[in-house]
Amino acid sequence: MHRVLPKEIAEQAEIIADHARREGLDFYPTIFEMLSSEEISQVAAYGGFPKRYPHWRFGMQYEKLRKQHKYGLSKIYEMVINNDPCYAYLLSDNMMVDHKTVIAHVYGHCDFFKNNTWFSQTNRKMMDEMANHATRVRRYIDRYGIERVEKLIDTFIALENLIDPHSVFMKRDKPYVKPDPKAKPPDKSRRDEGEFERFPAKSYMDRYINPPERIAQDKAAGEEKAEKTKTSFPDKPVRDVLLFLLKYAPLEDWEADILGIIHKEAYYFAPQGQTKIMNEGWASYWHSTMMTNYILTDAELIDYCEHHSGTLASAPGQLNPYKMGIELLRDIEKRWNTGRYGPEYDRCEDMQERREWGKEKAPKGRVIGKDSPGRQKIYEVRTLYNDVTFLDEFLTPEFVDDQKLFHYRYDPATGKMVVVNRDFKKIKAQLLFMLTNHAQPYIYVLDGNYKNRGELYLGHRHDGADLDIKYAVETLKCLQAAWRRPVHIHALIDGEGILFSYDGEKSTQQRVDDTVPTPANAI
Amino acid sequence: MPLQIEEDHQRFRNIVRGKIRKDLRKFLSRGELLGREGKKYVSIPVHGIETPHFRYGDNNDAGVGSGEGKPGDKVGDDGEGMGPGGTQEGQHILEVDITLEELADILGEELELPRIEPKGKHNISSVKDRYSGIRPTGPESLRHFKRTFRRALRRQIMAGTYNPDSPRIIFERGDKVYRSWKTIKAPQSNAVIIYMMDVSGSMGDEQKELVRLEAFWIDAWLRRNYEGIESRFIVHDVRAGEVDRETFFHIREDGGTRISSAYRLAHELIDQNYNPEEWNIYLFHFSDGDNSSESDSRECCRLIKEQLVPGINMFGYCQVASAYGSGNFINSVHEHLGDDEAVITSRVNTKDDIYESIKTFFSPGR
Repeated sequence: MHRVLPKEIAEQAEIIADHARREGLDFYPTIFEMLSSEEISQVAAYGGFPKRYPHWRFGMQYEKLRKQHKYGLSKIYEMVINNDPCYAYLLSDNMMVDHKTVIAHVYGHCDFFKNNTWFSQTNRKMMDEMANHATRVRRYIDRYGIERVEKLIDTFIALENLIDPHSVFMKRDKPYVKPDPKAKPPDKSRRDEGEFERFPAKSYMDRYINPPERIAQDKAAGEEKAEKTKTSFPDKPVRDVLLFLLKYAPLEDWEADILGIIHKEAYYFAPQGQTKIMNEGWASYWHSTMMTNYILTDAELIDYCEHHSGTLASAPGQLNPYKMGIELLRDIEKRWNTGRYGPEYDRCEDMQERREWGKEKAPKGRVIGKDSPGRQKIYEVRTLYNDVTFLDEFLTPEFVDDQKLFHYRYDPATGKMVVVNRDFKKIKAQLLFMLTNHAQPYIYVLDGNYKNRGELYLGHRHDGADLDIKYAVETLKCLQAAWRRPVHIHALIDGEGILFSYDGEKSTQQRVDDTVPTPANAI
Repeated sequence: MPLQIEEDHQRFRNIVRGKIRKDLRKFLSRGELLGREGKKYVSIPVHGIETPHFRYGDNNDAGVGSGEGKPGDKVGDDGEGMGPGGTQEGQHILEVDITLEELADILGEELELPRIEPKGKHNISSVKDRYSGIRPTGPESLRHFKRTFRRALRRQIMAGTYNPDSPRIIFERGDKVYRSWKTIKAPQSNAVIIYMMDVSGSMGDEQKELVRLEAFWIDAWLRRNYEGIESRFIVHDVRAGEVDRETFFHIREDGGTRISSAYRLAHELIDQNYNPEEWNIYLFHFSDGDNSSESDSRECCRLIKEQLVPGINMFGYCQVASAYGSGNFINSVHEHLGDDEAVITSRVNTKDDIYESIKTFFSPGR
């Protein structure tokens, strides 16, 4: 698929890269490739990668993209891969001004990938890894047949959202230490006492300071706890259901390998879901800044404007991350340039005064790089925040007002979505709800040996919205296909605890009451 | 080099085809597909393709929008709604667009229908103009306003004559661009279907629904077999008249039934417009079989035998069950024309019979 980038575009890419560096952007080397619209649809269907393992859902995505392109509904302008080096694609039938805009936008993304902390744990050689995955899956197809492999992938894909995106930043479990055979066996008699606290005391005071009853009590409690953790499996709720399956489900080696592939890819894509608004906002901020300050020629202005406003337009029923992101970043820049933060500003209740606050401090003329407090702040924001923390911290009533945001809800009486109000708190809560965990429910493994029969028991942590029952029942079937023993999920439906189960033959559901055994863990 | 995606795409199409084939009997007997026809595509709900996930249900139908609007206003009227992208599709069934041809192919495969060998001259093509391009010259009536405006605006910005306070754009010769056309060949039809329907008092809505469904599939299959096809529609009670498609399926008449009136009109149509030498002609008649008199039924059979059948590909009679009347007409047809190969009859009592009925009509491959 590779072809040489036309010289004038390569030159432009260099020029724009220089501007970007001068503005303080810091990115991996970036390779641009020119693709036809068919090729770009393929790459887009594969999530940006030229090679993925074979699966029909990529074909479905491809058909959708081709159709959208054909009817002019949407056009893929840019695509960029978080990798070192970064890869980015240009659509061959675009105009030069489009290429320039895309290139400027791409450097914004590349900077974000490299510097945003949520991306810090991603594999920067994912391009190779994906190709590697493709080869392995193809080998399994040769050996076990497309039907079997495809069915397995279908099964695992249904579970791909059951991961723990925060786990890459911390150690959830104690690292496993291989027991040293040469080490002395622990002294049994000492350990018995050592397990619970004994205050230091002179021997004649010991009976009072460490009364035997308390020691006995502590010992009993310690033993009970030890007994409990010994039999509860897992010892605490586990969010990474995929990893749990990978460790404990009775999978053959090749099946486990495919699950491992899906697990890895899910983690690779997770930060992109967590930072959609910020990432697109950041890239749009920079393409806009660089294009209007340095790059545009007079002849290109009209086409640029059309393209730019098209990118930022919000269609009904959709949240446009580009628009939300760029506006909020500009708002932060302005606030920090004019000192509109901190207790003094927060205490000010005079709307007029707030609107005028620190106006005189705003920098005059063009700011380059981090040469203003506002710029410094947004650079800090791009490093430390994700969409949830970004909105949580920087969304202000003024911003909501300026952007004319409102809260809407389904109205059962008319069957339509209706505006509820323009209440700041409601809007913010709704936005955060939509972004938290990528609007996916929180699911945990509560018991991997439910009823001591090797059954798998999951739980949904209810945050105000019920699970979709139809989908849950279907997903359970996929879970059972991986676990092989009966599986259950506990969910709150209309305020009532329901246990949905699938044993490999039939789906059942029952109300959770005293007769239903409790799992090893609770959330 | 074939793109790797073609493989995955093919795989997806095969899965879809397989699902549709499996559900075809259901599609044939349900009105689901009617009204889903676009120009070239039919949008088909395919069950069991979408990958399930644990996800939120519908009690989560809320979001944040931007724009004007007071509390209680519908979103989308005054403001643009912005929902959580991708979490609110609310549809549990995936819809797949497939072409009518593909659908007909699946129908043919599933019903094991042989392809029809068309007679007469092959595809005479006619030409048509289509506006698809832009060029710098042309008549003023074809001037492309938006593009011309943009070119003028761009020129003025470059020349520095654009004044944002008084944004006046003046076109010059070089700014103007015009729509241009391409001549394309369109296949000319060489087949015609004449649909006839009894709209007497005894044909109720239920019967008409059956006719609509049956006609949809007849249409789909014949269109697959001919490059272009014409349809004509005749309704009758005691008299017959030609109507358009819309009227055909929605008209309601009262009164008695004289089937021969329709056959006479059909004969007239063929006589005047469709030379059997060049045209593949299909006649389909839908009725509840409650003709006014035995003598008219005999007259009908004579008309079919002597005037209609010579030269046409098929005469299909489809009798739908109704609560009224004898439904005797099909018996007369059997009695008088039972051995005529071009005359095919079928009974459709419920929607489930459509599957067999289509098979009966097209199995001979005429």
